[in-house]
Amino acid sequence: MVLPLARRALAGTAVVAGVVALTFFLLQLAPGDPVERLLGPAATTEQVALQRHALGLDRPLPAQFAAWLGRFARGDWGRSIVTGGAVRGLLGDAVPATLELAGLSLVLTYLFGLAVGAVQASAGPRLDTALSVTTVTLFALPGYWLGLALIIVFTYWGRALPAFGAAGLDADALAGWSRLVDRLRHLALPLATLTLIGVGGTARFVRGAMRDVLSQPFVRTARAKGLSPFQVTRRHVTRNAMIPVVTLLGLSVPALFSGAVFVEAVFAWPGVGRRLVEAVQARDYPVVMGATVVSAVLVVVGNFLADVATAWIDPRLRQRAPGDVP
Amino acid sequence: MRPLLGDRRAAFGVAVLAIVASTAVAAPLVTGGRPTAQSDIVATRFLPPLANDRAGGFHVLGTDRFGRDVWTRLVYGARVSLAVGALAVMLSIALGVAVGGAAGFGPGPVQLPLRALTDFALALPRVVLLLLLAALWQPSAVLVIVVLGLTGWMPVARLVQVEVRSLAARPFVESAVALGLSRGRVLWRHVLPNALTPVIVAAALGLGNAIMLEAGLSFLGLGVQPPAPSWGNMIASGRDTLVNAPWVAAAPGIALVLVVVACTLLGDALQDAWDPAGRRP
Repeated sequence: MVLPLARRALAGTAVVAGVVALTFFLLQLAPGDPVERLLGPAATTEQVALQRHALGLDRPLPAQFAAWLGRFARGDWGRSIVTGGAVRGLLGDAVPATLELAGLSLVLTYLFGLAVGAVQASAGPRLDTALSVTTVTLFALPGYWLGLALIIVFTYWGRALPAFGAAGLDADALAGWSRLVDRLRHLALPLATLTLIGVGGTARFVRGAMRDVLSQPFVRTARAKGLSPFQVTRRHVTRNAMIPVVTLLGLSVPALFSGAVFVEAVFAWPGVGRRLVEAVQARDYPVVMGATVVSAVLVVVGNFLADVATAWIDPRLRQRAPGDVP
Repeated sequence: MRPLLGDRRAAFGVAVLAIVASTAVAAPLVTGGRPTAQSDIVATRFLPPLANDRAGGFHVLGTDRFGRDVWTRLVYGARVSLAVGALAVMLSIALGVAVGGAAGFGPGPVQLPLRALTDFALALPRVVLLLLLAALWQPSAVLVIVVLGLTGWMPVARLVQVEVRSLAARPFVESAVALGLSRGRVLWRHVLPNALTPVIVAAALGLGNAIMLEAGLSFLGLGVQPPAPSWGNMIASGRDTLVNAPWVAAAPGIALVLVVVACTLLGDALQDAWDPAGRRP
């Protein structure tokens, strides 16, 4: 079990390294000039040249890349061209916010997705169809549009929940419970949006996995030997259907992150996705690079954890002889 | 193919896509106006659905903040959304089939690097790549097509590669090789045509995905640029007027959901029709 996981970890590291290189060289292809944007159209040629030299943008590409890589490895991720703030601090503040939103959403998505999918797998055709229509609609909803709809209902009409940011303006003055409540109220709408758009896909997948298992001969055997439907479902179907469902965990991490980008943008949630969108819109190269690398790391680590979970839940993978290809 | 005809999901999917596509093609017939036409802004802005303006113009879905007819923009936006989505999917399928075919049936030395490349690209979050690429060049419809195509080929390549590799061991392929056909010809004439079934399913699902992502990019201001209408930038422009004119963002959103649902159901139905063994009881 350890060796295949080590191999996956190595592959994940290679992906991150590839992303770092890809991002750097892609950004060099961009026609927009960050220095001219920084200084504005009134800047003289000398000012532009000076600023370019100050930012190290006048050196050859491989040298710029090597310098950036060296600084990056030492923890110096450069400064935002737009705000002048340190990229590392900017993103360091953003990572916990994204982890909070995406992590909680993943848990809720799985809980609701498993419940709905399991109900569908054992339900009659009418309920199954009704739930299928619901899940396919949720699956098709763009996160930003659902977010806007929830904002209308709960913020403008209901005046119940805030729709902007992760904390109220007075959050620093609050203490203890009221601060936690403020935080949770701000979390509610982004979390609901991200979870709802994820539940559809998960439930569809769980339903399929459960139905596949239900058609297996061992389920017929379990029924034939007199087990109650509940026991068949709990002991024989669910445990086997969990294997593809946990495998889906790995596949859903990039999708979850993609969804988080739009949800963060709509709700001004101070996470990595929002930083990335803002930096892309402003062509703020250092922040774009940092945010891309951080995104790739988050996704790769998420995938790796999903692999660990899969190996843990599937005894066949655990007992596989070392050296086997997973 | 038989089961497909009786499948309600397929019928719904085909019907919705056919209606939306024909409305988009026939845009000048189903609406009188131009998508960017503005008359007296103050008099005609934010008219609710089913309202008449003072000049007697009827607005079935209301007007936006510039007094432009939402229905007209929706119909012309459908042209953009469908065309961008369809072209992007075609591009990603062409790339995916080429890479997957070469990775499964090409000369030995290219197989491993291509598979590694596919795995690498699959591990990246697509939206991050999209944002990165969309930020590099001036936003436009062509850029969105290219960017969506370049970031969407990996699942197709994976499917084709797996299919091609299993076909390569089949007797009819071996006999074609034994007859002295070149490998390229065997791949093109004998292997690929048999490997296309999962590709068609992936195309249906990918179309919905591409349309949704195009709208997402346009929503963020990185796709189709206003005043040209696209469902994504219509939602974005309706965002600021959610409270007093919710219909501006609602109409393109509902259209988007309908089309994506249609693509998904069609993809599901195709999958079941072509893969009876995998059909759920």
